[in-house]
Amino acid sequence: MQFPTQSSPYLPPVNDVTRLMVTVMLAMIPGVLCLFWFFGWGVLFNLLVASFAAVGTEALILRLRRRPVRPTLGDGTALLTGLLLGAALPPLAPWWIPAIGASFAIAVAKQLYGGMGSNPFNPAMVGYVVLIISFPLQMTLWSPPHGAGHDLLPLLDAARLVFLEALPPGTRLDALTMATPLDAARNDIARNLTWSEILQRPLFGSFAGRGWEWINFGFLIGGLWLWQRRVIHWQIPAGMLGGLFLISALFYIADADSFGSPVFHFFSGATMLGAFFIATDPVSAATTPRGRLYYGAGIGVLVYVIRTWGGYPDGVAFAVLLMNMAAPTIDYYTQPRVFGHRDAGDDGND
Amino acid sequence: MLTAMLAIGILAALFGLLLGYAAIRFKVEGDPIVDQIDALLPQTQCGQCGFAGCRPYARAIAAGEADINQCPPGGETTIHALADLLGLDPKPLDAERGEHAEKTVAVIDEQVCIGCTLCIQACPVDAILGAAKQMHTVIESECTGCELCIAPCPVDCISMVPVKKDIRDWKWPYPQSAQRPVAASGE
Amino acid sequence: MMPPDDNAPAMTMLPDKPLRFPGGLQLASNKAQSLGGPIRSARLPRRLYVPLSQHIGEPAEATVKIGDRVLKGQQIARSLSYISAPVHAPTSGIVSDIGKYPVPHPSGLSAECLVIDCDGEDRAVDSGLKMRAALDADPAEIRQKVRDAGIVGLGGAGFPTSVKLNPGPGHQVELLIINAAECEPYISCDEALMCDRPQDVIDGIRIMQHALGARQALIGIEDNMPRAIECLTTALRNAQDTALRVVPVPTLYPAGGEKQLIYALTGREVPSQGLPIDIGMVCHNVGTAAAVARALIHGEPLISRVVTVTGAGIAQPGNLEVRIGTPIADIVEQCGGYTADVARLLMGGPMMGIALHTDQLPVIKTTNCILAASRDETPDPRPALPCIRCGKCADVCPASLLPQQLYWYARARDFDKVQDYNLFDCIECGCCAHVCPSHIPLVQYYRFAKTEIWDLERERQKSDLARQRHEFRIERLEREKRELEARRAHARKTPDQAGAGDADAKKAEIAAALQRVKARKAQQERESGTGESLGAEQQRPLTEREPRRATQQDDEA
Repeated sequence: MQFPTQSSPYLPPVNDVTRLMVTVMLAMIPGVLCLFWFFGWGVLFNLLVASFAAVGTEALILRLRRRPVRPTLGDGTALLTGLLLGAALPPLAPWWIPAIGASFAIAVAKQLYGGMGSNPFNPAMVGYVVLIISFPLQMTLWSPPHGAGHDLLPLLDAARLVFLEALPPGTRLDALTMATPLDAARNDIARNLTWSEILQRPLFGSFAGRGWEWINFGFLIGGLWLWQRRVIHWQIPAGMLGGLFLISALFYIADADSFGSPVFHFFSGATMLGAFFIATDPVSAATTPRGRLYYGAGIGVLVYVIRTWGGYPDGVAFAVLLMNMAAPTIDYYTQPRVFGHRDAGDDGND
Repeated sequence: MLTAMLAIGILAALFGLLLGYAAIRFKVEGDPIVDQIDALLPQTQCGQCGFAGCRPYARAIAAGEADINQCPPGGETTIHALADLLGLDPKPLDAERGEHAEKTVAVIDEQVCIGCTLCIQACPVDAILGAAKQMHTVIESECTGCELCIAPCPVDCISMVPVKKDIRDWKWPYPQSAQRPVAASGE
Repeated sequence: MMPPDDNAPAMTMLPDKPLRFPGGLQLASNKAQSLGGPIRSARLPRRLYVPLSQHIGEPAEATVKIGDRVLKGQQIARSLSYISAPVHAPTSGIVSDIGKYPVPHPSGLSAECLVIDCDGEDRAVDSGLKMRAALDADPAEIRQKVRDAGIVGLGGAGFPTSVKLNPGPGHQVELLIINAAECEPYISCDEALMCDRPQDVIDGIRIMQHALGARQALIGIEDNMPRAIECLTTALRNAQDTALRVVPVPTLYPAGGEKQLIYALTGREVPSQGLPIDIGMVCHNVGTAAAVARALIHGEPLISRVVTVTGAGIAQPGNLEVRIGTPIADIVEQCGGYTADVARLLMGGPMMGIALHTDQLPVIKTTNCILAASRDETPDPRPALPCIRCGKCADVCPASLLPQQLYWYARARDFDKVQDYNLFDCIECGCCAHVCPSHIPLVQYYRFAKTEIWDLERERQKSDLARQRHEFRIERLEREKRELEARRAHARKTPDQAGAGDADAKKAEIAAALQRVKARKAQQERESGTGESLGAEQQRPLTEREPRRATQQDDEA
């Protein structure tokens, strides 16, 4: 009898890229539901448009590159990039914002570098940064969270606004939008308000931005589930939150009036989304156990620095991209000690 | 103005002295680059490069008189190694010099050999044993497959045969595609 | 498990409880299928194919000729170098061929084998291996006997056991570790052996311990084998043996890796590129220990071994005592043949075994398992996707390597860099490839890189040799030229005598040569008939071989 041969091992594989990606998408559900609850239909439009744009661009470029389209799309990485970008965009942004962002993310940040596995930068965050630099105005189109101002736009009005850029009759765009808590806090600090005063404003909830507390909590729950399912390693979220905690606590202790508390930073902006879903993108992150910790901590510190002293309200995207650049170096210097070697630098890695 | 010129002048003199000292202190004897190039060549001594052996070719490369793509036995591996060493761009093998072929060794048909010793004189690595009017034989493990013994043989009793594939020298193939199984050709 | 013994001599400090080595995988054990009954004796096949190289090291050299009658246990090939092992006739019969036949090897290539046509009588020769009191004997004598018995590591690597029984000068063996972890799924031959023949195991360990002068000995065994643990501890208790301890280690693949087991039991790491003896330990497989007992107490050289025959592709899985050289097809037949599900044939386990392209291959000394697996058990490899650097491979790597980096450089054929990332610390356990979500055949990349690096090393040595020989030649030619010139210069100085003498001598030489050539030609013509008959003489065995081969192929068909 004749049999096929191959190299060991032979047991059925236990992991699968598609399954990992789907798990991550499922883990986004609690956070996305919170986003939807507080910001309305625009959130779903963003996710939808960004996903379509991402998958469509991937298919197009794969065809141009003469690569198999179907199996590659099936891995779900493009869809996840779209979803992650969509979840980070302001809900009242016109449809072409997620479309351009997701297309750029896939075409330039992913496929131009060689496709899945070869991109040095997190594609979703490249898309985000391109948008925030190119279209700063549209990127501030956040509505006030549910319960902090007027009611959310109903489905049709929201659709008309997003897809046709037509305002509901009798309203002005200014009236529909409101600064995010991070933005508001930064302006208030500039106006010499103290933190206790800032937190009194209707935009804020118990300890951070109204709604944002829950959104971050949702992503935290999803992230913990991802960790429990061993889809992500604990080091990057722990490093990022740890770094953010240390630096924010330091300044908070020094001057509680001018600097936000660690809790505020944990539950504001894209902290949890970033810590568990964005910084953990394995392709562009550090891969050694110790390296992941440093990588995460670097992001945490940079997020705080950009939020507090930088020109942009939230710094997750910039922080992640900056640490992406450092990842190869971090990996190189944090190689684990190989079994039977005296130290990490033993034999070779000079 | 004067101070600046003075300062620059002094600096120039200082660095000049330093360089001069270094040139004497760290002088390298011989020409190590030739050794390094020679170490990368396959040492078949076949002369296909147009030089009388590997070392002359190495010397020519070091002197910039020969290109790095003239060694068919070394093939792409050697070209890449040389390009790496010399900081050049690898280029395809010079087709005029020959093709990179499977490794072979010379075998003398001992029934036909007349014992003329011409092949012994041609062998660059003294891998052929025999004396005048005695049958000759090739030491297989020492033969580099240079084929230099073929031409001189008056009775054409030398042939090149591929090196025997041995289970102990077998190499795992480069994974082509996960779907294609490892090429396992039984005999 | 023996209670801690206060009277035991001073021992290496061991951890209270086995440690966890880095990485590793929980795998379904799948051992129960083949443990339904005791070890059965496989029947003698009609023909045995005994490879000359069934071990690490130099192949053995045949000491019998085609047509020789051999007896069971008779040495039929001897070892020529230190790291090598002799081969014995597994049964009585006639050597019908010595030549290249397919052997179990990932290449699917053939290697030198002795073919024995069994006569079915199974008559044995006195091997002379039996020792009356092995435990009082000189260690050197024990080593010699073990060597003569052809014993090699039966765990899979096949390293000559006598070499590993020699600690070498300047080494004191503190601890002998018996590897009974058998961590790979499906394989149960060691477990069956410990349950059925605990006495052989214990006797063998005692002899090994004595030969090594080891202060202490441990049996490391995975804790999912309670019956084997029970059998061994009962046997030890009955023998009132307190010096030997059975230590269960947590079931975690690859706990049976030598370095992993040593770490689990002692908390010490064997240095990279080093041997256990470097930290005062020696590790032997439990089956090897039993083989030592069979040889030195019962006088049987290594001519058979326990083989697990299992998998969903086998009708009646079980453990069989099989003669070395038995074709796998023969054993499969005795286990009820293949089921309809059979998709793949492996020698060894599903993590590290070799895929065989045919079942017409012999069982060799290192064949611990024949796994005829179904498609569900061992699916066809899925197309590989790009690496996403998820790091799951690094999580499970028992050597704490960075498999994703190794893959990157192996794929790029950057053999310097791949060694910088310690490729040669990889034990090819397969954990990384098993968890890879992109289904990259990582282990094959590492094997490719390793064999490629070895090959480059061989090439380098060969080219160094060629360079040396070339330089010697140039030197010689120059020296000869100088000598010639010197002679010429000398000749010019004294022209008349030397010149004339030279010319005369040359003439005479040429004449003599011509004479010789004539004589030789004449002789050749006379002898041409004889020459052909000699050729025919040599040809005879060859022509005889052909029909035999033909019949053999008929048998296979």
